[in-house]
This record gives sequence, structure tokens and C-alpha cells, in this order.
Amino acid sequence: MRGLAAGAGVALGSPMVLAQTAPKVVVIGGGFAGASFARAIKREDPQIAVALIEPNAHYTACPLSNAVIAGLRDMEAQHFGYAGIEADGIVHVQQKAIGIDPEQRRVVLTDEVRLSYDRLIVAPGIDMRLDAIPGYDANAAERMPHAWKAGEQTLLLRRQLEAMEDGGLVVISAPANPFRCPPGPYERASLIAHYLKANKPRSKILILDAKEAFSKQRLFEAGWAALYPGMIEWVSLSFGGAVTEVDVATRTLRTEFGDHRAAVANVIPPQRAGAIAALAGVADRTGWCPIDPVTFESRLVPNIHVLGDAVIGGAMPKSAFSANAQAKAGADAVIALLRGRDPSAPKLINTCYSLLAPDYGISIAGVYSPKDGLLAEVEGAGGTSPLDASLAERAEEAAYGEAWFDTITAEAFG
Amino acid sequence: MTKALVSVPKTARRGDIIDIRAMIAHPMETGYRMGPNGVEIPRRIITRFVCTYGGEEVFFAEFFPAVSANPFVSFSLIASASGTVGFEWTDDQGQTESASAEIVVT
Repeated sequence: MRGLAAGAGVALGSPMVLAQTAPKVVVIGGGFAGASFARAIKREDPQIAVALIEPNAHYTACPLSNAVIAGLRDMEAQHFGYAGIEADGIVHVQQKAIGIDPEQRRVVLTDEVRLSYDRLIVAPGIDMRLDAIPGYDANAAERMPHAWKAGEQTLLLRRQLEAMEDGGLVVISAPANPFRCPPGPYERASLIAHYLKANKPRSKILILDAKEAFSKQRLFEAGWAALYPGMIEWVSLSFGGAVTEVDVATRTLRTEFGDHRAAVANVIPPQRAGAIAALAGVADRTGWCPIDPVTFESRLVPNIHVLGDAVIGGAMPKSAFSANAQAKAGADAVIALLRGRDPSAPKLINTCYSLLAPDYGISIAGVYSPKDGLLAEVEGAGGTSPLDASLAERAEEAAYGEAWFDTITAEAFG
Repeated sequence: MTKALVSVPKTARRGDIIDIRAMIAHPMETGYRMGPNGVEIPRRIITRFVCTYGGEEVFFAEFFPAVSANPFVSFSLIASASGTVGFEWTDDQGQTESASAEIVVT
């Protein structure tokens, strides 16, 4: 008890892991970054006492949740519990962190309960910025869902699509960079088109984009032309893609060059690091967290490391694959720091698979290493699927994507 | 020059300050860049933008190489009478592109 928590009322596991001499590592956030980190550090150095603070009993994974929206997959397949993590000797503290005291190196769970740490990992994922688009607040999200955190929002968007009449206009608004899952809005448009083509073929999809270009753009556009001709229209920033206001009552999205009234509106707003990052003082004015790219230690608060979507990752995109890669490199670095060794510079890999249809997958891969204080792309490594790949190859990539999901969720939660 | 987009309120009351927006798809090639073959890419920019209201010039702008591709201009006018708001872009080869929108002022 004393080893990890000051105060009563929290059962933190076996006395062995809490031996007072063992270094204490506390992880806030049980997503891909936090869960992967907790397991990686425990596996590499079982002496370290690891507590994972996560209020939810299970995690709802975002990758493949676009398939849930399109009715191709059950939500249950996105749920992952923490039993496997607990079996590793990691203490799952099913509470919410409400504050951090970096001077005393303690996490505040409730008024009475504090958890002390030698190194703290903040892996809070993202929060929607519900003040960024006039008219788009928490209430608006109930009518024009973002569905950018998997869960109720995902199911809400699916129900709206199911309820929509044939011939309806689905509008997806995509934010400027950086945001979680750069190819996500375009995969979503593809899979919604797949659903509409089979069920409501007179319907159309309009993507209003606050960017001039997007991830895997040529592959997506070629796929749309082949699979869903005339169904998906993409409007770039210059051509009036930036949504300046929404009117919830009429489901209207306003842009600099006109209004678009939607039957179903999926507004993906700009984002920031999850709320605890700001409370911990590790987020800067951008809303994201500057880090040392070798150790993932915050540039703003010592002894706190930030992982996953919340970080300013330089060239590295915000993805589950990135979060997992950062978590494993971060675990190495934290062990080195705890044991008084020099951390070594990591080489990190990311791959993002996107589905354009259940049997049509594309991918982008990149390799990243620290350079000039950020994570920079290693030139000549990585790439995308070929533009002229055969349908058999697209089907293989779709299968690789699903295999990747099984692998990464097994590694983080299994 | 290919595509221009303009935004003018359809209706306004006399004396209202109205927002006008105009964008044209254009590379705004500076003339300072080298192509992949090592040869300079020739300069090609829009040099002048004019807005007319009821046939009278009410706004103009000169563009230079530092202006980005797809230049976007936003300004305000005072709604004085119903009529046509016209837009014209001229590039450094003398080619022009135009667009217009009607406004009803009550």
C-alpha cells in the first residue's frame, strides 16, 4: 500500500510489486499508448511497480471503428478489458486522475487519495475542441456526431445513417492538421459510401476539408473513382472546405463560400491533448504536448513523459501504431533513466491501413527518428501502397490491416 | 485560370456592411523556382484583382509573387443598391477571369 498510494481505500494489488525499494511508475490512460507502455516496462523490468490509472472497465478501440459506422462490424469487437494487463502484475486503478502535483510527484485521484511516482506517464489521447467551430458544442455533438472517439458517438453516427432516407446528403467535415488518425475521415467516407451504395444508392457524401491535401490522397481518390463513382465529393480549404459555423437545428454547415444542409452531418472538430495534459502542465498553447523525442519526457515538466496522440510528434502521425511504437521506446527510455543509464535514440515505425471497402485496403508506412528536437521522417524509408496495385493486392492489404489490429490489441490488452 | 469562387450576401438592407469573399484557383508561380529538370519555372501570377458594384470599381488589389497559390481576398462593402457585384482577375500575360453575383438591397 505505502509504496504507491498515500491514503486509504484503494486496493493496489500484491505487496510484492509494491516493495518500497522498487521504482514507481504511474501511467495515466489505458489506451494503446498507456496500456502498451505499462506492459512493455513491466515485461522488461518486473521489479518496477506499475500502476495504470484508467476509469473505464474496458477500452473502446478507434481503429476499425469506421467499419462499425458502416455496419460491417460489431461494436463488441472494439472492446478490450484490462484483465490481461492485471495478470502481468500491473495494478489497474479504476479511477480518474483529477490533478497532478509535479513538485511532490503525486497524482491526485480524489480529495483523499494520492499516488506517488518516480516517473509519470501521461497518455490521455485526445479531446475534441468544442469551442473551435461556432455552434459546435457538446449538445451539437449529440445531433451532429464527431464519432472521433469510439463509443456511443460511433453508434450514434451509425444509427443516423441507418435512419437516413435514400438520396440524403452526408457531410463529413475534416479538421486541419494535426489531428488523430490522418487518413480516418477518408476511410470513413469510403466505408459510408460502401454502405450507401448497397442500401441508399441515390445518396451522396460531401467532405468539407480544412486542408489542401490529405493522407494517401491519390490512393483514396483512385479508389473512390473505381468503387463509388460520383458518390464522394471532396472540397479543399481553398475551395471553401473550412467550416466556419454550424447550425444544429437545420444540420447546416457554413463555409466561406456557402452553406451545406446535411441529412447526416459528421463534424470532426479540431482536437487537443486529453484534459489531464493541461492539468499536468505538459500541454502548451497549441493544446498538444512538446516532448524530448528520445525519452518522451515533457519539455515543460520534469519526470513526466507523454505518449501517443497527445504529443507533438513532429512528422509522426497520431495513430494507434505510433502510440504503441512510442510506448515501447518510451519504456526503454524510462527504464534507462530509472536505472541511471543513458537512453538511446529510438527508431520508430508507423503503418496506417485504411479500408475503402471490406476487401479493398491501402496503407502508408513511415520510419521516424529524433532530429532537431522532433521526430523526423527517415528519408527513403516507408511509402504507400502502389497506385496501380491489383484488386487481389488490395484484398491482401485489407487482410493485413485486420491482422495488424488483432496483433496490436493482443499486445496492448490480450 | 480555371475556377473562381465568390461569396456575396443574396440580400441586405441599405447601409448594411456586407462581407465579400473571392478566391481563384491559380498556381501563383513566382518565377524563382527550379523545375525537376533544373530549368526555371516561368513566372505566372495574377497581378490585379478588381471588384465592381453596379458597374463602378469599389475595390482593387495588386498581387505580387509572395501571394500564395489560390489567392483568397475578403473585404467589406456598404450595401447601397440592388445590382451586380463583379469580380475580375488579370494575370501577367493579360488573361482575365471573371465572376459575378447579384445582391438585392431593400
